[in-house]
Amino acid sequence: MSLKILGISAFYHDSAAALSVDGEIVFAAHEERFTRKKHDRSFPANAVKACLEQGGARAGLGALAPDALDAVVFYEKPLLKFERLLETAYAFAPRGGGQFVLSAKAWAGEKLFMKRLLREGLAAAAPYDAAKLKLLFSEHHLSHAASAFYPSPFEEAAIVTADGAGEWACGGIFRGAGAGIEALREQRFPHSLGLLYSAFTCYAGFRVNSGEYKLMGLAPYGDPAGQRVKEIKRKILAELVSLGEDGSVWLNQDYFDYGAGLRMTDDARWAALLGFPPRAPEGPLLPEYCDLALAAQQVTEEALIRLAREAARLTGSRNLCLAGGVALNCAAASAVLREGIFERLWLQPAAGDAGGAVGAALGAHHIYFKQPRKAGGSDSMSGALLGPEYTDAEIEAAAGASGLAFNKVSDDALFAEAAALLAEGRVIGWHQGRAEWGPRALGNRSILADARDPGMQERVNLKIKRREAFRPFAPAVLAEDAAAWFEGGFSSPYMLLLDRVRQDRRKPEPPGTAALAPSERVGIARSDLPAVTHLDYTARLQTVDGKANPRFHRLLSGFKALTGCGVLLNTSFNVRGEPIVCSPEDSLRCFMATGLDALFIGNYIFRKAAPPAGRQG
Amino acid sequence: MEFLRDMLLFLKERKKWWLLPVILALLAAGALLLLSGGAAVTPFVYTLF
Repeated sequence: MSLKILGISAFYHDSAAALSVDGEIVFAAHEERFTRKKHDRSFPANAVKACLEQGGARAGLGALAPDALDAVVFYEKPLLKFERLLETAYAFAPRGGGQFVLSAKAWAGEKLFMKRLLREGLAAAAPYDAAKLKLLFSEHHLSHAASAFYPSPFEEAAIVTADGAGEWACGGIFRGAGAGIEALREQRFPHSLGLLYSAFTCYAGFRVNSGEYKLMGLAPYGDPAGQRVKEIKRKILAELVSLGEDGSVWLNQDYFDYGAGLRMTDDARWAALLGFPPRAPEGPLLPEYCDLALAAQQVTEEALIRLAREAARLTGSRNLCLAGGVALNCAAASAVLREGIFERLWLQPAAGDAGGAVGAALGAHHIYFKQPRKAGGSDSMSGALLGPEYTDAEIEAAAGASGLAFNKVSDDALFAEAAALLAEGRVIGWHQGRAEWGPRALGNRSILADARDPGMQERVNLKIKRREAFRPFAPAVLAEDAAAWFEGGFSSPYMLLLDRVRQDRRKPEPPGTAALAPSERVGIARSDLPAVTHLDYTARLQTVDGKANPRFHRLLSGFKALTGCGVLLNTSFNVRGEPIVCSPEDSLRCFMATGLDALFIGNYIFRKAAPPAGRQG
Repeated sequence: MEFLRDMLLFLKERKKWWLLPVILALLAAGALLLLSGGAAVTPFVYTLF
């Protein structure tokens, strides 16, 4: 008898569901990919339905009903979170009355009745007998820890989690061994590394819970040798946050508003401290905001490194697993790796709250149901290709409805044409097989282009993605070629680590470049891979091996055969403000609305400026 | 009923009985606000607050 467990993460941001069968994640999906609402927080009805139908079928069990599952596990404990809300309101009173009324309304009207919400949500996905349902609740950071450790390749490891806030915990250190996870340290609300980074994000004019990537991407535009970065960092550490040697953080609440108000920061106090006002959303990216981003990044890296050192001291392990939103800060995670505190590092590809669904399911399997665990030589995330896949009939139906011309070709013709177009400097949409799990497109729902073209970053940012010109793109490189292009040459299959372009591949910046605005510095070639080399010669690398994603590996190999370069610019297949595409309809819509030159869905090719609609050839 | 049972078990487990009056007051206010959508209760809402 198989043990089938559904994990659910929802009602805060990035709702998701994951199905585990006998301790193996067979299906996992984000709700936003179906509803097309970025960071969708609602009950993941579509993701649950897909888990039950497609996940069940993949496991050879057929479509599952919720009552056929051994358990449904929610990724956090709502009552414990509510306790935190009440006690925080009490601690900050009389400040924060307005925020408390708003939160209390949401809780009294909805979240307090979580069991009912979950049962109703499941009923919308598939009919079932509610009396037979086993509903469990994991702790938020235990879910993160489980999502980082259980699928990892390690038999034992130190586990570090850090994010905005869970119930009370905002992060923790755990020890994972075999099938068990032991909590060793906990960082409690309101002192949170994730909330600190979100506060910087907010002050720099980006949106909390989604703009953190932008702040990280902005950091290299700061001047590391300049006096202002040093001064901002000194002020941050003197006034805003105390970093403990053990990795703990203590945030001076006089400067923050999230405990009692509706904003992250007390803007007037921050402005008085830093000497410049908060940046307006979409306002100019003045040098002081770039310097703030760099100082914030340096403080975050320092905190995470100290946390990792403490985890190494407490566990004595040489393996580290990371999860929680802060783990998605690839510069900080890479800094931990660079420090050499641990020999090996593994990150959950969906390290944010969505990943809690995987952790909740696997945690219940090993901890609640006491099932043994055997770590393999590689991780058990199936290359993070765990989402929905579409049949040829579904692709043809979507293509027919779109009115676009297309043709179906053999694999040989498909890879040959895609590689040739890329070598010609064209930008293509690449939609193959199962959708990715996690925030990164890993070659199944990707926009691809030639990374050697110096104008490509600006072109893809402005004409296709329609996002800020300063934002960097990531390279996908043949795993066997990584060391030929990058210094570390390590494995980074989920695009969660930074590596530096090799010295012999770099080009010096022309004098005076540092004084230019971020948008003007983008077009300057810094290496043989200018479209994916950030200002500090780093790149958020994806190493592609033939086993995890054979089709993407074949495309990269085809491109290399034509150009001698086994590297492509790989960015998520979407436009700004939209989730990554999921279905063929989404891909076709995005293709038509952007400057993409061609689209490849499975074995179907769509070209711009094509002959009249219908199937050709 | 299930919610009340869960809440009481939670407060017992966490030894946080002092939260009970706050929770009951919140639920009463929440119920009143929900009901205030109906015309019959609306006149009393302004009197009470």
